[in-house]
This record gives sequence, C-alpha cells and structure tokens, in this order.
Amino acid sequence: MDDKLQKAVEALTNRCAAQTSEFRSDISLMLAAEQLVEACQILHEEFGFEILAELTAVDYWPQQRPRFHVIYGLRCLQDNLFLMLRVPLDGNAPSLPTLTTVYANANWFERELWDMFGIQIEGHPDLRRILMPYEWEGHPLRKDYPLGYEEVQFSFNFDEIDIRKPYAKE
Amino acid sequence: MGIEQKLGDMGVVTMKLEQAVNWARTNAMWPMLFGLACCAIEMMSAQAANYDMSRFGMELMRASPRQSDLMIVAGRVSRKMAPVLRRLYDQMPDPKWVISMGDCASCGGVFNNYAIVQGVDEVVPVDVYVAGCPPRPEALIHGIITLHEKVKGENIKDWA
Amino acid sequence: MLEQSNVTITEVSVDEIRHLISDRAPKGETVLLNMGPQHPSTHGVLRLLLELDGEIVVNCIPDVGFLHTGVEKNMEAKTYVKAAVMTDRLDYLNTVGNNLAYCLAIEKLVDLDVPPRAQAIRVILTELQRIASHLVWLGTHALDLAAMSVFLYCFREREHILDILEMVGGQRMMTTYIRPGGLWRDTPVEFEDAVRKFLDLLPARIDEYEALLTKNPLFIERTRNIGVLAKEDALRWGATGPILRASGVAHDLRKARPYSGYELYDFDIPSMTAGDTYARYVVRVEEMRQSARIVRQALDKLPYGPVRSSNRKYVPPPRSDIGTSMEALIHHFKLWTEGFTPPEGAVYHAVESPRGELGVYLESDGSPKPYRVHWRTPSFVNMQVLPSLAKGRLVADLVALIGTIDIVLGDVDR
Repeated sequence: MDDKLQKAVEALTNRCAAQTSEFRSDISLMLAAEQLVEACQILHEEFGFEILAELTAVDYWPQQRPRFHVIYGLRCLQDNLFLMLRVPLDGNAPSLPTLTTVYANANWFERELWDMFGIQIEGHPDLRRILMPYEWEGHPLRKDYPLGYEEVQFSFNFDEIDIRKPYAKE
Repeated sequence: MGIEQKLGDMGVVTMKLEQAVNWARTNAMWPMLFGLACCAIEMMSAQAANYDMSRFGMELMRASPRQSDLMIVAGRVSRKMAPVLRRLYDQMPDPKWVISMGDCASCGGVFNNYAIVQGVDEVVPVDVYVAGCPPRPEALIHGIITLHEKVKGENIKDWA
Repeated sequence: MLEQSNVTITEVSVDEIRHLISDRAPKGETVLLNMGPQHPSTHGVLRLLLELDGEIVVNCIPDVGFLHTGVEKNMEAKTYVKAAVMTDRLDYLNTVGNNLAYCLAIEKLVDLDVPPRAQAIRVILTELQRIASHLVWLGTHALDLAAMSVFLYCFREREHILDILEMVGGQRMMTTYIRPGGLWRDTPVEFEDAVRKFLDLLPARIDEYEALLTKNPLFIERTRNIGVLAKEDALRWGATGPILRASGVAHDLRKARPYSGYELYDFDIPSMTAGDTYARYVVRVEEMRQSARIVRQALDKLPYGPVRSSNRKYVPPPRSDIGTSMEALIHHFKLWTEGFTPPEGAVYHAVESPRGELGVYLESDGSPKPYRVHWRTPSFVNMQVLPSLAKGRLVADLVALIGTIDIVLGDVDR
C-alpha cells in the first residue's frame, strides 16, 4: 500500500472508527453514516482527495440489517490514489447526510440514490426524482421491485397477449 | 388515352390526380428530427455524404413538427418520453407518416424492462418498421423507399 | 389526447422548482422557457428549463431521464456474457470502450490474464473508437455553430472506421467484440492493411478541419472565453476527461492507471489552461492525433498469439477441441447453460472514455448473474457543470456549451 494512502487509512481508522478491507489491491473502509461527512472532509482537506469519482448503493434484500450499502469512491489526482468507503444502512427509513458541502458533484448522485433506492438524503438542496418520471411510484433498483418485462409473444399465446397489449389509436 | 393521341405533339401529359398528388408527396417528404439514441447516429450517417438521403428529397431535417410530414422514431422510447412523442405526433399536420427505425422502436429491442415502451406502436400508429440494432443506413433507405411505394398506392380520400 | 394508461404526463409546476429559479420569475420579469426534449441542438433528449431575461440566461435547470433504459437492473437479470450486449448501448458513440470497461471489471474481479495480442487489438479498437467519437463531436459541435461542411467531412472519415469495425466484429456500431478473457475471435487478414491505410489519410484530414475552424474568426468569436471553467471549479464538480484537461489538470487514466497494455505505448496528454470552449476544442483535436499515434505503435508492435485466455472456467474452448476433448465439451456446456461464476466480492474499475472517466462498479455474490452493476458514466457527472457555466450568458452561447461538454444522453440516463 502506498505511504500516503496508509496514512489516510490510519487517520480514518483512528478518528472515524473505520474497518479496512482489501480486495484485488483496492482498499475499502466501512464507516457509519454519522461519520461520513467528517471522514470525507478529512480526506478532502488533509489528504488531497479532490474528486468524488463514484457514489452508488447496493441492495441486500431480504436482509434488513443492513439492507443497503452505499459506496463512495474518492480519487486523489496528484498522488494517484483511490479509496472506497462503504456505509451500511438499515432497511426501514434509510437516510444519509448529504455530501454536497464537501463535493459539489454529489448533488445528482444523491438524487439518483433517492430515485432508484429510496434512500433519504438529509440536507440536500434539491431532492427530486432525476431519471424516472415525476409521478412514478416505487424505487426501481430495489431488489423487491419487479423487472417489469413483457412476455414473449409466440404463436401459441399470440391472442392472449394481443388482447392485453395496448396499440395506438389514430 | 384518346386525348393523348389528339394532343400528343402539343407536349401535354395526362395522369390521374391521385398519381400526381402521391408523386409530389413522395418526392419531397420532409423528415422530422426525432433521433433519440444510437439509431440517431445511423440516421445522421444516412443523411451525410456517404449514404445521401437528400437524393430522395429529404435534404432538410425539420426540427419543427408543424413543418414536417415524416417522423422517423430513431431509438428507444422511455416511459418518460412517450407522452412527448405523442404530443409531437399530434402537432404534425396531415398527411403524416411514421417510420419506426430500429429494434427498440419497433418492439422494445434488447430492453425488456420497466423503463422502455415495448414498441412505439403503443403510442403512435406506424407505417413502416425497419429492423436492425442499429439498422444500416442502407436499411433505413430501403425502409424509406418502401414507404414511398406505400404512399404511391394510397387513395386520395385517406387524407381528405 | 393521451389514451394510454401506462404513461404519465410530465409537467413540472412552478412550485416544485421555486427553489431553483430566481425571484423575478413569478413576477413576470423573466420568462420560463422550455428547451424541450426534441430540439436540434441538444444532441439527444435533453430538456432544459431556462429562465431568460431577454436573451440572457438567468437560470438553467437540466431535466434528464428521457432516455432512461434501466440497463443496470436489466443486467442483473442476465448472465455476465449476455449482459455484455447491453453495454454497447449506453454511450453509443464509444461502444468498444464500454465493452472494454465491463470486461476489464470482470477480469479484475476474477483475476484473469488476457494474452498480449488481445490487449494490443483492444487498444487499437478503443483508440479508433475514440477518434470516431471525437469526429461525431466535432461534426455536431460545428453544425451547431453553423459550419455544416465540417459535419459532412467528419462523417466521411467515420465511415472508414465503421468499415474497420464491421470487418472485425460484423456490425458497424454495436460490435460486442471485446469479451471477458479476450476477444470474440481473431482479426481477419485484411485488418492491419485497412488500419494502416486509414492512419495514412487521417492526418491530412485533421489538417483540413483545422484549416476550416482553428483560425476562423467566426468560430473564435463564438468559442473564445465562452464557458470558462476554472481549475478549482472543475475539480469541485468532479469533471473528468477533456473538460478537466482543458482547465489545467493533465490527468488521464491511461497514464495514471494504465490498463490493457497502455504503458507500452508512447503518447502525450494534451492540456491547456484557458478552460474555455476553444481550449476544449484544441484538446480534443490534439487527442485525435495522439490516438492515431498510439494505434500506429500498437500495429507495429502487434504480437502473434492467442486472442483469448486459456482459463477454461471463464473462457469457452475453441470449437475444434469439442470433438476430441471431454473437458472441453464439459466446459463448453457449463459456460453456455449456466455461465461462469466469479468469486464473491466487489470491484471498481475505471477507463478513460472520450468523455472522461468511465467506471464500472461490479459486485458479485457467487452466482452466474451480476449482483449489482453500476456505471459511473462521465456525461452524468459532467452535465452538472452546465448550469454554472450558462448563468449570465446568451442563449446562443448555451448551444455552444452543450456541445463543448460533449454529453451523450445514453450515458447520462443509462
């Protein structure tokens, strides 16, 4: 592990109670949601991680505690370092503090988290749906949301599906 | 026929009104710019120099639906975009035709899920379907020629 | 006029966006205009809500999602190799690059080695795709600024590249030629000559475009000092790619974290400090030249050898072996019916696409279908720069700005 990266990991482990793990030469740290903004501020100001490269979530339904893991990827350009943070969240009323005060581009990433997973972001300036239509109900990327596919229309079930399929009127 | 024999050397040709109107409609059909996704790039390639669409009268791609008669739906239509598509189709004046270009517009294509309309004929009535993902510019031109053949066989009362 | 029950009307009331627009709008001093999803200059289905004071943009609110395809959820329902088909269609101008990002993520997860010939051909095709993407960008950007002949010239060059892609992959745009473990199959005999012929004619053509645009006073008037993005703002907004390089940070993932053999080739990273539209134009044109340089080196050093890894747990055996070897038959059967099963774990791998950092976050739970695939697409992140660049500028400049950020809506909406 790089020297500077080692120092950053140590700082986070000591000050924010993070657990380190390594997989395929990438370091990732598990944090609690309350420590998130402080950890990112430490990385941004003291260790020079300028860019928030990645912000996404994974749904581990039907497991409820934790149900979501939110993943942050931070990149330091001048020393060429990359670090991942993982924040576990509970199943009912998951919420996170916003990162827009530290990294401005977290704005749309967090809107996508709200839209696709239903994770409430506290302090976000503009929390609206971004990819789905405004009145859509449900959060598509959750594992209990169906894929919503249409059955294939073969010759044996042609008429059954034809009745249900909407066609445009002139 | 008899008129042509008598007036033959005066330089007059007779034909049915239907044929004349359909000929005029096919030779100057203006498409509306409705490129959504990857098929739009192939439509742009078809418009560019190698596979020229302006030799079929489609020199311009009109951005405004009120000035166009052909809508080439090129690309996947998502559920958020479907009402916009319908509104643009309604804004086009008669006579109007729709070509559904590509697999995603014809039947949903590779994407069979919650977000994509499974075939744009759920939203607008389609005249010609062009298959391919994306269809080659030559396939699109074949689709346009098929539409021209269809229009030449139309009755003048269809759009009256 | 809507009779469908499964589509909803997309209207935004002023109350919902009141926090985003200034106080002058409800009083009627400024106009709220919709630069709608169907517009000739928005390069796809992008909707911009503009608050205008005459011709000056007071606020610009982008509304994306009109091309949302649900690719990430759909990929969770397919096996790894079948899901690779959907990856082409995200950023549809960088199809080979998308395939490459996905396959590199799988290879990192599985710890699979790719033979050097496959790596070299991957580099050649990715760089050719980069040139093709920049040609489309240049053509449409110049078309928006009313230089129509550049559009026709760029698409003429692009046809050569599409012919090469058709020769190797069978399809002009969506080839899915790069598979986990290597390539689909070896390149045909005519490949090297075709690429060399293209490389011989490219520099003169790029000189033609530069002769038309670079010193053209009209073009300079419309692009110099428009949309200046300072270095701190670019880093704050997380912009990557030519936008960042034109603002003074010479960061390129091909040099910083080389993948697929990029460390073997010698190339420069163009960067400028001005950060305006003109600087981004210069950076991208120079990138085309550097890409041609990489392709030439890769062709000269192209090694002989297999194009697929020999790890039969993940890569199918050649068809000729199936008749003679029992293991080959069993591997073929397992791979085609169930698909390969990577170990549990999560990786993030990023490549340099023509628009910036294209990253794939891949998480596996030991089953043959990916558990979660997230695409960190460059256009989604770079779009957030637009409102701050557009404030206080004319509507005509807005058109130039949308072109210069080089967004592809398939990338933004996935």
